[in-house]
Amino acid sequence: MSTAGAPRRPPVWSYWVVLPVLLLLWLIIARILHTPLLPGPVEVVDTLLREAAAGDLWYHLGATLRRVLLAFFLAMALGSAIGLAMGRSPMANALFDPLLVLLLNLPALVTIILMYVWFGLVESAAVMAVVINKVPSVAVTVREGARSLDYRLEEMATVYGFGRWQRFREVWIPQLFPYLMAATRGGLALIWKIVLVVELLGRSDGVGFQLHMAFQVFDVAGILAYSLSFIVVVQMIELVILQPLERRSGRWRQPEQAHA
Amino acid sequence: MLELDICGRGYERPVLGSIAATIAPGDRICLLGPSGIGKTTLLRAIAGLDSSLPEAAIVRHRPVRIGYLFQEHRLLPWRTLRANIQLVGVSAAEADACLARVGLAPYAGYLPDQLSLGMARRAALARCLAVEPDLLLLDEPFASLDPAMAEELKTLIAGVLDASPEMAMICVTHDGGDARTLANRLWYLDGKPAQLQWDRAMDDPGGLEQLLVKLRNPR
Repeated sequence: MSTAGAPRRPPVWSYWVVLPVLLLLWLIIARILHTPLLPGPVEVVDTLLREAAAGDLWYHLGATLRRVLLAFFLAMALGSAIGLAMGRSPMANALFDPLLVLLLNLPALVTIILMYVWFGLVESAAVMAVVINKVPSVAVTVREGARSLDYRLEEMATVYGFGRWQRFREVWIPQLFPYLMAATRGGLALIWKIVLVVELLGRSDGVGFQLHMAFQVFDVAGILAYSLSFIVVVQMIELVILQPLERRSGRWRQPEQAHA
Repeated sequence: MLELDICGRGYERPVLGSIAATIAPGDRICLLGPSGIGKTTLLRAIAGLDSSLPEAAIVRHRPVRIGYLFQEHRLLPWRTLRANIQLVGVSAAEADACLARVGLAPYAGYLPDQLSLGMARRAALARCLAVEPDLLLLDEPFASLDPAMAEELKTLIAGVLDASPEMAMICVTHDGGDARTLANRLWYLDGKPAQLQWDRAMDDPGGLEQLLVKLRNPR
């Protein structure tokens, strides 16, 4: 019971072995090739520190993070609402399912270009493009959750006169939680990648914009420095927010005491 | 208090046929019948869980508070016993009092899955009591309990009924012994679609015995 259901994580040591080996390989290859197109780890860290000291790094990281979070919360709220409705009502499912199929197969780039063309190179168009890309997959995930809601607990809630909000909070959310977490995980990873493209195409700040600038001058060290810094940010969100949240909410699944 | 006037359910092959009966305060009904005949379906209908039934099928002469002891405990597994009981709209102190009535006072902070089957069922009974029901619905309350635990729960329920003479009860069971302890009225459900073939007072001479013979040799 202890590991059943939980995603099977590789042991911690694997990170401490594989990542340093990769780093070493990178170092060696960069030394051998000795070209500005593949800077070594030292140059990348140098660039990172320089950008951090100048304040640019924080400014652009902040801009990207702001967009990521805004798009994330909007997509989660909208996607969850649609998914819940689709899972509970055949009518809503019939209405939204064709739309989902359409949107799921629409390349992110198309949405971004259309948003910019229709609404101009503005912040709301940028965020909206990301949200539109993310909503369908959240809706699909949450729909699965809504379909698997336990009807026995529903009946119990009906008999004991649970209010709407009480039913939502006490009965639905805990059952939907694993699905919401899955959507969150996939969501953050996908959203920050789309945000970079959005920034590259039509914003004048953010990590994507910096990548664009670096690309113009073939500044590979800058590209790697900004990418790595955002990977760190996303991992921090995972470690500091998501994992503790998951542990806290999953406690009831693994009772500390055996049967009384 | 409650009048049933069910004339078949709205599906292609109705489980329940026409069923007409009245439930008055203080009625202690044991509902017997072959397994799979629709006893639980009837109980759900009475509890208002069958949305296919027309409004008029169940007439409440006044608001009827219902306590439903399902076959499974149906407590929220992510909430402690106390919190589960509070969810029906009582204070923590009242929830603790209900748990004490079923002998689970020390377990108020436990999660349902940390309890044995018998304890979880008692906790679910405590939740029934918390709503101060006019009508207590018990769906095979003693099924899959070992005999000692079943006896304990039976004593507990008998005590609850004694303490509130106005409370009505419908108890689905297979066991005539349950009827002797708990009931003052017997229902027998049989046929396809199922009908109430018996509705007799417990002291109807020979009633229970005849019924038990019938149960052992269904049609």
